[in-house]
Amino acid sequence: MTILKRSWQSWLALALVLAALATLPLLSAEAPIAYKPIRMFSIFVLTIGATVISLLPLPPVFVAVTLLVCAHFSTGLLISRLAGNEGMASTAFFFILAANWLLAWRCVSILSELRIRSRAIDSLLRLVIPAIFGAWILILWEAVTRGFGIPFIILPPPSAIGARLASSIPTLWADMQQTVFKAVIFGYVVGCASGFAVAILADRIAFFRRGLLPIANLMSALPIIGVAPIMVMWFGFDWQSKAAVVIVMTFFPMLVNTIAGLSAAGSMERDLMRSYASDYWQTLTKLRLPAAMPFIFNALKINSTLALIGAIVAEFFGTPIVGMGFRISTEIGRMNVDMVWAEITVAAFVGSIFYGVVTLGERALTFWHPSNRGG
Amino acid sequence: MAENNFSVVSARKLGLTFETNDGPVHALSDVDLEVKRGDFVSFIGPSGCGKTTFLRVIADLESATSGEITVNGMTPEGARKSRSYGYVFQAPALYPWRTIEKNIALPLEIMNYSTAERKERIERTLDLVNLAGFGKKYPWQLSGGMQQRASIARALAFDADLLLMDEPFGALDEIVRDHLNEQLLKLWARTEKTICFVTHSIPEAVYLSTKIVVMSPRPGRVTDVITSTLPKDRPLEIRETPEFLAIAHRVREGLRAGHSYEE
Repeated sequence: MTILKRSWQSWLALALVLAALATLPLLSAEAPIAYKPIRMFSIFVLTIGATVISLLPLPPVFVAVTLLVCAHFSTGLLISRLAGNEGMASTAFFFILAANWLLAWRCVSILSELRIRSRAIDSLLRLVIPAIFGAWILILWEAVTRGFGIPFIILPPPSAIGARLASSIPTLWADMQQTVFKAVIFGYVVGCASGFAVAILADRIAFFRRGLLPIANLMSALPIIGVAPIMVMWFGFDWQSKAAVVIVMTFFPMLVNTIAGLSAAGSMERDLMRSYASDYWQTLTKLRLPAAMPFIFNALKINSTLALIGAIVAEFFGTPIVGMGFRISTEIGRMNVDMVWAEITVAAFVGSIFYGVVTLGERALTFWHPSNRGG
Repeated sequence: MAENNFSVVSARKLGLTFETNDGPVHALSDVDLEVKRGDFVSFIGPSGCGKTTFLRVIADLESATSGEITVNGMTPEGARKSRSYGYVFQAPALYPWRTIEKNIALPLEIMNYSTAERKERIERTLDLVNLAGFGKKYPWQLSGGMQQRASIARALAFDADLLLMDEPFGALDEIVRDHLNEQLLKLWARTEKTICFVTHSIPEAVYLSTKIVVMSPRPGRVTDVITSTLPKDRPLEIRETPEFLAIAHRVREGLRAGHSYEE
């Protein structure tokens, strides 16, 4: 009969807390702002308390919630005092941070093993677990950049990026409107639509298939760095030239995938259509296009990220004084790295949302495909 | 309609040669055959004997290279364009993005039937193959036997008097196959269609047919045509009667003769 549970994370966390206590203080002696005793006391009480609870034979849900609250509250108290004390963190600081990290790990592993029957709680868990993961990437990033005093222009701490993001929302919004709502959306829609239309033409007319496809292949090899300045010459500095770059980039994946998709229908299914004396367009709309949908959505997904990259890079070659690519290229020149990171964050979010929307569309339209059927 | 001597399929010295890289392959040679209205004709033979190819020639999915063939008094192409046959393939070939009733509606949509008529026909054919109530399911939610029944319903949905079936139950187990054979006979009696049925199972051919065409390979040709003496009403037990066994024996002899010819 063991009262204490065997969990290496908890035991190691206990050892690290004790090591931290032995190597106090948390900041080196020259630190301009010291931790107040009450804050230090709270940090240790929370971490030691969480460690002890995780070692006792208590219900897993209770332990997980305690760990979630105590370890993160303690971490919050610990790293929020770092601003102004850059590069002053001592060994004890990292010991206790590591202890909290292990406790969060323990918390995630308890949560992952939970067998939940309720669907609502299950989907909540599916959000909480990656959220803890993501939070710890930011926490470690913050602690390392501030704790070791890494120069701001090499890697700014996430708190500074967040502050910059919050204070420049109007600028970021204007940039997003210019780059995403004008260049990306327009270019994406036109590029995908024309790739699709040309694929149908090539399928219908042998002359196009023989003559145009090799040239389209050539188009796929065009370097965006070469195309972008030429498009600026042709279509001017505003978003139209960026949309043109996006069209060039998205056209080819859609063309190739649609052509591959149009031959995806099986020979038996085609014979069936033939036995009904079905004409070309009936066979196309009732058999070949539905069968091509997985391929077409593949292209839409590839293009959703390509379009954003294309528009941002194209803005490096001449643009009015707004746009995500413009902002990145000018702010990096002025050493405002936090603004560059804020733009990167926005681009990552927009890209993920874009991709997510396309994936939702795919689930709705290709629900029948073996990879989407599910239970 | 009453003239029962009308030839639905009539083949004279029919031949089909595929040109391949290894030289010509004679899939069919000198095939002479008459299929009368209301017949249930089975084509039986070892693989490579051209039985499926012959069915595909009737359906205008392949073209004969010599001889003559008429389907409903027309060329096969004319018959296909006037939508005079329904074809059931070896696999159900249902479209997974359509529900069962939408799959049955597929030929009706292509042939421009009205919405009301589509609905009426879907209901009637689903009932005919005992799938009433499964119309809203997707094909992948049904068993293999049910899927094949749905594909038969699809072939019956429009007004074709000729039903071409290419080993439709080949992939199903013995018990399901027996059951479907029994249902197919009832369906044939109810709809009075002409059926051409390709199989490689002797009991299946004897049980179902009014006429059994025995074929042999290389080159594919007809070696025997057996007219069944069994009554039209056939319970499954008929397969143990001496009459049934005698016909089965003759089919087996025919197959064996075709085989020895090759050696």
